[in-house]
Amino acid sequence: MSKIIWLIPLMPFVASITLMLFGKNLRRSHIGYLGVSSVGISALLTALLAIEFMQNREVLETLVWTWMQVGSFAPGISFYFDGLTLVMMSVITGVGFLIHLFSTEFMEEDPSYARYFAYLNMFVASMLILVMADNLLLLYLGWEGVGVCSYLLVGFWYQHSANGHAARKAFIVTRIGDTAMALGLLLLFSHLGTLDIQVMMGKANQVWEVGENIPLIACLLLICGAVGKSAQLPLHTWLPDAMAGPTPVSALIHAATMVTAGVYLIARTHGLFLLAPDAMIVVAIIGVVTSLMAAFTALMQTDIKRILAYSTISQIGYMFLALGVGAWSAGIFHLMTHAFFKALLFLGSGAIIHCLHHEHNIFKMGGLRTRMPVTFWSFMIGSAALAALPMTSGFFSKDQILLQAYQLPDLGPGLWMAGLLGALLTAIYSFRLVFVVFFGEANTEPDKDTEWRMAIPLSILCFLALIGGYFTIPVVDVFPVTSGSHPAHWVEYVSISVPLVGLVIAYFIFLNRRINIETLTTSSLGRGLGNFWLSGWGIDWLYDRLFVRPYYKLANLLKLEPVDAIYNAIVELNQLLNLWLSKSQTGRLRWYLASMVAGLIILISLASNLGPGVLQW
Amino acid sequence: MRKDPLIPGVYCHDLIQFNNRSGVLSMLEIVFFYIASLVALIATVMAMTRANAIHALIYLIVSLLAVAVIFFLIGAPFAAALEIVIYAGAIMVLFVFVIMMLNLGEKGDKQERQWLSPSVWVGPALLSIVLLAELLFIISDVNGPVSTSSVSPKAVGLSLFGPYVLAVEISAMLLLAGLVGSFHLGRRYLERDYGDERGKE
Amino acid sequence: MDGLDIPLNHILFISSLLFAIGMLGLMIRRNIIFILMSLEVMLNSAALAFVAAGAHWGQPDGQVVFMLILTVAAAEVAVGLGLVLQVQKRFKTLDMDHANRMQG
Repeated sequence: MSKIIWLIPLMPFVASITLMLFGKNLRRSHIGYLGVSSVGISALLTALLAIEFMQNREVLETLVWTWMQVGSFAPGISFYFDGLTLVMMSVITGVGFLIHLFSTEFMEEDPSYARYFAYLNMFVASMLILVMADNLLLLYLGWEGVGVCSYLLVGFWYQHSANGHAARKAFIVTRIGDTAMALGLLLLFSHLGTLDIQVMMGKANQVWEVGENIPLIACLLLICGAVGKSAQLPLHTWLPDAMAGPTPVSALIHAATMVTAGVYLIARTHGLFLLAPDAMIVVAIIGVVTSLMAAFTALMQTDIKRILAYSTISQIGYMFLALGVGAWSAGIFHLMTHAFFKALLFLGSGAIIHCLHHEHNIFKMGGLRTRMPVTFWSFMIGSAALAALPMTSGFFSKDQILLQAYQLPDLGPGLWMAGLLGALLTAIYSFRLVFVVFFGEANTEPDKDTEWRMAIPLSILCFLALIGGYFTIPVVDVFPVTSGSHPAHWVEYVSISVPLVGLVIAYFIFLNRRINIETLTTSSLGRGLGNFWLSGWGIDWLYDRLFVRPYYKLANLLKLEPVDAIYNAIVELNQLLNLWLSKSQTGRLRWYLASMVAGLIILISLASNLGPGVLQW
Repeated sequence: MRKDPLIPGVYCHDLIQFNNRSGVLSMLEIVFFYIASLVALIATVMAMTRANAIHALIYLIVSLLAVAVIFFLIGAPFAAALEIVIYAGAIMVLFVFVIMMLNLGEKGDKQERQWLSPSVWVGPALLSIVLLAELLFIISDVNGPVSTSSVSPKAVGLSLFGPYVLAVEISAMLLLAGLVGSFHLGRRYLERDYGDERGKE
Repeated sequence: MDGLDIPLNHILFISSLLFAIGMLGLMIRRNIIFILMSLEVMLNSAALAFVAAGAHWGQPDGQVVFMLILTVAAAEVAVGLGLVLQVQKRFKTLDMDHANRMQG
């Protein structure tokens, strides 16, 4: 099995290249077959690999070829396969396959069918390389690859300039994090002499003590990269705008896989983070603050995809919280369950958008419960899992995270409280979405219902979102065991009950309307706060003022070429002098002679005054 | 009188030894020098102020001959000979040829006289006088006689083809360039008559 | 008459005078032929100074330089007179003030 592990990323890669080169000449059905089957084969191979792994728990290392060799630095195209990799690969290929299948219907009428699948396959290949890489350089290749694919897919409908703008924003903002991450890689390489992850973590343990500065700096730089890719504060602003891309893309890239790459990176290099407890605290705080901020923002959004985007940011915040408190496996577990239910929600919203003439505003929907039953049930299950209602997959993972956060000394209860508040808000906004979209009166008639190519992925994901919590992810060998006593029972009861409270609140506000929030929302404070949350806490505005506009101003200033002005002034001065002096060039020979003689006189008188010896005989 | 070892059979000492005396000039020769100087100055002034080119040229030749006399008196007989042969002989004859070719006639003379009005030359004269004053002021420091022992052509020749051989080669090249240049200029003049077209521009 | 000789500075005076006259001629004449003649006078005065200085030191170098000046004068006159012919042909005059196309 280890012999063919490299086939898994190769399949979608080859399909992507084929579609890029010959996509125009292929029939639509063939494009769909090629795009879906390549990921499907990868998913099958991954499943076979998973079965084998479950039996013998064997960690695989495969060197395909040496990428480059500079002295002792010889990163290879080499894959490392363990339980963590398996989880990620399963999510990528499995969810990826379902989303590809969904896309064949969603993108049916799009003229750039082949381009879409070429990008999407390339994304899957890059993402697989990212998670399978056994050295950080190859990981970085995948990291940048998914960044490019994300850029291409966000700007897929590039005919609208707003989409191109969103794509550029996504690319540039993540680039800030990527640059920091590249610096982190350089720092690690300069101190440890290798980028091979396992070797590096072993060496780091020998070279550094816990709490030293260099691992702290390296970890902070890696966090910057992770924060950029995973849309955490302060680099999260690109994700809501990235919803400009096709909805299946949002499901695959901006919910299930790529945005969790940051979580994967931190989990993969956890050996380093254990050496820098301060960095872990930073991760936890970033996570919890982001999750709260995004949850408040999601409360006020009216665009269905933006609600989901902010909820994604919020959920990844939970994953960061888990990583920060050392609950590695809980974080990865939440990553997986989140991939299931968020992909489900995004695909559901894609189905709604598809059937409702590309309508995004939830207040123009309503009453879809009877008209689109499959979508309704997917949303119900997805929202339940998102809100972490008991017995859904999200419940198990989020509960683990909160409990382990509670056990952290000092900060623990505070983080737990914040996490609970986030969970409450999550329940409110997710059921707000469900109640507004599916209940009440219909505002827009759907012109079609979902076909099987949409329904099947939705059903499978429903199933996964429900029972995903009963999976045991095989990461015991990967992460150090987190010990700790079981917290008090009341903590657990509170954790369980909070989402239910949120559900009830949402029910009374948005469906039953027993609680009237009119007075609250129309008061000046309420309206101000609402607008503040709606704008995503004004962070876009702040960045616009802080970075974008000064940059534009600087660019406009530099457009005038202030430095060149010095040289231009020299040129102009010379031209001016030339103009004056050329007037003395009259073309009259005798005038020249006279001036020459005058010059000669001056020179001789000067020379004879220079002192003895100059003109002495 | 001894045989010249470098150029056997040539007895040029008669010519050049004539003023190779014991370092002193006779009174007559000194008078000759001042007369020659005066002639040179007057002839040059006349040459510069003539309206007729041929007249000016004749004065110039006189001036050159006077300078040749000075050369002879200060012990440079070879230079004197060259002055006469090349300057007064060859170069001036070139002038004569060209003036003959141009055939300026009476009209040119009148024109020249018009051009030589005082207003034209007052300024340049002032400049020249200032420069002259400067030169004289500097030269006035110079003391000592002109050596009266003559420098023989042999010595000139030896140093010409000894330390100065590079200069000789360069002047050969210069002459070649002059030859080519004057041939080029003159040929176009003789062959093609395109001056009219240019004149219309 | 023993001890009589020509002072070097007298010859240099004459040379300077010739030079100044030649330069004056150069500045006041408009006829290109006279300009060339003036140049000859100036070259000749320089040659005189060289020969006199060479004689003063009893060295042949002065006369060597005299010959080089002679060469330069010959080459200059050859080209210069060629130019005179061209100027006469093109401008129908020898007035240098007409040949002022190169003004700035």
